[in-house]
Amino acid sequence: MNLGSDSQADARHSRQPAPRPGRRPGRRPGRRPGRIALLLGVALVLAACSGEQNALDPAGPYAQRPHDLILYVFGIGALVFVLVQGLILYTSFRYRRREGDDSMPEQVHGNTKLEIVWTLIPAIILAAIAVPTVQMIFEQMDEPEVDFLTVEVIGHRWWFEYYYPDYDIYTANEMAIPVGMPVRLEMTATDLARSPDLGVIHSFWIPRLAGKQDLVPGHTTYLNLQADIPGRFIGQCAEYCGLSHANMRARVEAMDMADFETWVAAQRTPATVPADGTLEARGRELFGDLGARQACASCHQVWEGNGLRGPGQGPDLTHLMSRIEFAGAIHDMTPENLRAWLKDPNSMKPMQYEVNGIGMPNLNLDDDELDALTAYLLSLR
Amino acid sequence: MATMTAAETGQSRLRPSKPTGFLSWVATTDHKRIGILYFWTVLVFFFIGGVESSLMRAQLAQAELSLITPEIYNQMFTMHGITMVFLVVMPFAAAFFNYLLPLMIGARDVAFPRLNAFSYWFYLFGGIFLYSSFFLGGAPNGSWVGYAPLSSDAVSNMAFYAVGLQILGVSSLASAVNFIVTILNMRAPGMTFMRMPMMVWMALTTSFLLLFAVPIIAVALFMLQFDAVFDAQFFQPASGGDPILYQHLFWLFGHPEVYIMILPAMGIVSEVMPTFSRKPLFGYAAMAFAGAAIGFIGFGVWAHHMFTSAIGPVPRAAFAVATMFIAVPTGIKIFNWVFTMWGGRIRFTTAMLFSVGFVSMFTIGGLSGVVHSIVPHNAQQHDTYFVVAHFHYVLFGGALFGLISGVYYWYPKVTGRLMSEKLGKFHFWTWLLGFNLTFGPMHMSGLLGQPRRTSVLPGELGTTVETYNLLSSLGVIVLAVSASVFLYNLLRSMKHGEASGDDPWDARTIEWMTATPPKVHNFDVIPVITARDEFWHRKYAESDQHIPVAVPVGASVDHDEHDGDVGHIHMPDPSLWPAIHTLGVMPLGYGLVYANWLLIGIGLVWMVAGVFGWIIEPLAEGDDDEPALVGAATH
Repeated sequence: MNLGSDSQADARHSRQPAPRPGRRPGRRPGRRPGRIALLLGVALVLAACSGEQNALDPAGPYAQRPHDLILYVFGIGALVFVLVQGLILYTSFRYRRREGDDSMPEQVHGNTKLEIVWTLIPAIILAAIAVPTVQMIFEQMDEPEVDFLTVEVIGHRWWFEYYYPDYDIYTANEMAIPVGMPVRLEMTATDLARSPDLGVIHSFWIPRLAGKQDLVPGHTTYLNLQADIPGRFIGQCAEYCGLSHANMRARVEAMDMADFETWVAAQRTPATVPADGTLEARGRELFGDLGARQACASCHQVWEGNGLRGPGQGPDLTHLMSRIEFAGAIHDMTPENLRAWLKDPNSMKPMQYEVNGIGMPNLNLDDDELDALTAYLLSLR
Repeated sequence: MATMTAAETGQSRLRPSKPTGFLSWVATTDHKRIGILYFWTVLVFFFIGGVESSLMRAQLAQAELSLITPEIYNQMFTMHGITMVFLVVMPFAAAFFNYLLPLMIGARDVAFPRLNAFSYWFYLFGGIFLYSSFFLGGAPNGSWVGYAPLSSDAVSNMAFYAVGLQILGVSSLASAVNFIVTILNMRAPGMTFMRMPMMVWMALTTSFLLLFAVPIIAVALFMLQFDAVFDAQFFQPASGGDPILYQHLFWLFGHPEVYIMILPAMGIVSEVMPTFSRKPLFGYAAMAFAGAAIGFIGFGVWAHHMFTSAIGPVPRAAFAVATMFIAVPTGIKIFNWVFTMWGGRIRFTTAMLFSVGFVSMFTIGGLSGVVHSIVPHNAQQHDTYFVVAHFHYVLFGGALFGLISGVYYWYPKVTGRLMSEKLGKFHFWTWLLGFNLTFGPMHMSGLLGQPRRTSVLPGELGTTVETYNLLSSLGVIVLAVSASVFLYNLLRSMKHGEASGDDPWDARTIEWMTATPPKVHNFDVIPVITARDEFWHRKYAESDQHIPVAVPVGASVDHDEHDGDVGHIHMPDPSLWPAIHTLGVMPLGYGLVYANWLLIGIGLVWMVAGVFGWIIEPLAEGDDDEPALVGAATH
């Protein structure tokens, strides 16, 4: 990738101040020895589990704090569980009717003192978990106090679109963020670009970085997240959104600040225009004009530097090859997969274009067109 | 009027009068027969709902399977939810209330017998209407909560949902009114509120919850249906509507609905536990008021279903605290049940096992419920299999265990025969195992990142999640075997079960005082109630140490002394009009789904005609309640 120094400068001097790595707002975990003893049993269960889309393996403060709180609550819950189930089992065995015992038990109707005790004790336990809960609700939702990166997230059926207002970057499925810096997501949902028509509710969820937050058409919702380690964090849409809900995945790529700046610079360059006479050039032509059929360009943008960069109805393809997956991040970005997708999108991911215009139509491309378009897409680095 | 003329002539064809046969069931207004109709209809829908869940578990048994298409999967989980909530658990409770309430309060029937039949037919037709969608272009696939605007998109087929649930809502409302009036007005002499069986208390609370909650979803469904069929814009943000409005309306109904499903089971358990522990219910007053408190608070916690929706931190905090608060009355109930057993002589019949299982499993569901109220972490749990695990522990481990406990307990009352205890215990232990095997691992698969309502288990979630999913799917097989044994036991025991006699469990409440199975008029003579657990007190006196001492035979009146020779008792006449009238809801419903004015017109005319037929229907010949009217020329 040929990076001009101009574009890097652009990134540094964009409309808003460029983000700097900030103080981590999170408290350090694991500093409560009293609780840890309490949670031994829970921890044993949880230790066995670590997966990529795992809510029990937080990788940033917005996931870590609720995790600490829930371990505390799980601990209390485990205690109550053992006490109550133990009481049930003990009572069942101790007071079962023995063979041949026809005696009658004393007819006890109640015991006011006992009943007051088991009204008050749960109330006190609940108060003990209510206080930290309420505090944390506000902490989690407030705008971060340190410098943060803003990313707009738009939920479509069935893919996530990301827009970086500081850099005027559009991308899809895979969101790049810098390590160690809070990211505030401004989210909404729509199926037509930036219009509340037709949109349905989605939910953005990267378990290791933060809990989920719904994306609601006509509303803007916010979610804070932060990755403290570099890496790929996976998640998926968590609010049922129709046919391909299960195929609407999300990824966050957390990278060091230098890598992030490189990424930003690359995304801000226009797409390369293939040389005349090549297969890629033929593909570019078809991209803009498929005759009677709907052209790719009517929904997808490939920004070549002229005119405004704006959202399309489908994912922005300017730097398609900078992404690892496509189609709601369910398929690897391989030439074979891309060609199969262009040939018959519905067989790769169930969609409803014929029914209500949601998803990608089958354009009935012939082999030559498929080859040319695939080659063109592969050139969008 | 022509009808009165017929009455004058003394014809007996004015009302259906055959005591047996198909038509006698269609025309029945006997609360016991209606209860039985509810029960068998519930079993049919339970089977269908079970098949739907089996298909889902088969699809999720391994990662990246494609046994069924996403289209089918989405219909399956939508219909499974609707079926189990509206066509199984709610009417299952109605089956018990119908059969037992009049017997428990010493009444001859419910207050409005024809309205009672009307409720059943609305339920049946509502269920048939919903399921007919499978043959009319596909079942609803917008999930049981039906969130707009997805549900107002025609592809989700949710018009059937909106109209079908509306029909079922009418059934619930009519039942609620009927039970409230019955309980408030028709208790036997001496049965004060604080002498009512706990089951009656829970029925009363449940009915009031229905009375206030159903109209709210009626509004939501009305708006949804107009959005979906007539292009209204209630939930369309493009025209100023708001999707969040639907969520508020749905859950303002939906949360009380949770208690509508669990309180009847709590009532059943509160009857079963004292009987088999041979002790009165511990803390009766606290139990009654805890139930009512749950009902009240239940209306103030709805937004905890929306913690990740577009609501701000203040409502999130307020509803978190309210949600935690509801655990207090629930805790009271659990401890009171355990202390009902404490010090008793517990007989572990199948009914008792299911009740103890209820308390134990419901506790787990209650604990995971408190965990949900931790809002910051709720954002991780919400819409994952952790939630699926939670509400199945409440509704399956809770409500269904309680209701099945009731089946084993009152089966002899209905049939005069006991269910096989051997098969029953096999049923209980496999049911408990299968249930925990199916839903226990879901806690983990949810926390490990598996969202619900996804038609495929992504391989990228990892092998740990796959293992948990496989366990869940295997659990369904155990449950299927267990359910088959239950069904076999139910059917076989009707003919071959051991004869039970009138009081097989040495029970405490007055429904066991009358003949088994009960006569049409329930009691030859309505008993006078002098105590809570009236029947027990007629059988046992108490020593100074509060130990029961059997009253010598003949010294008490534990049976109606008239022995059947009671002269004429006025009972509600059978009537075909409830069934005829409610059938009109079918054309009306299809008309509303397809915006077909002709069908709507037919349905409306049919139903209005049905109402008139209902109103002017004469009394059967020989009614002696108002002898002056018989033979009178005018009315």
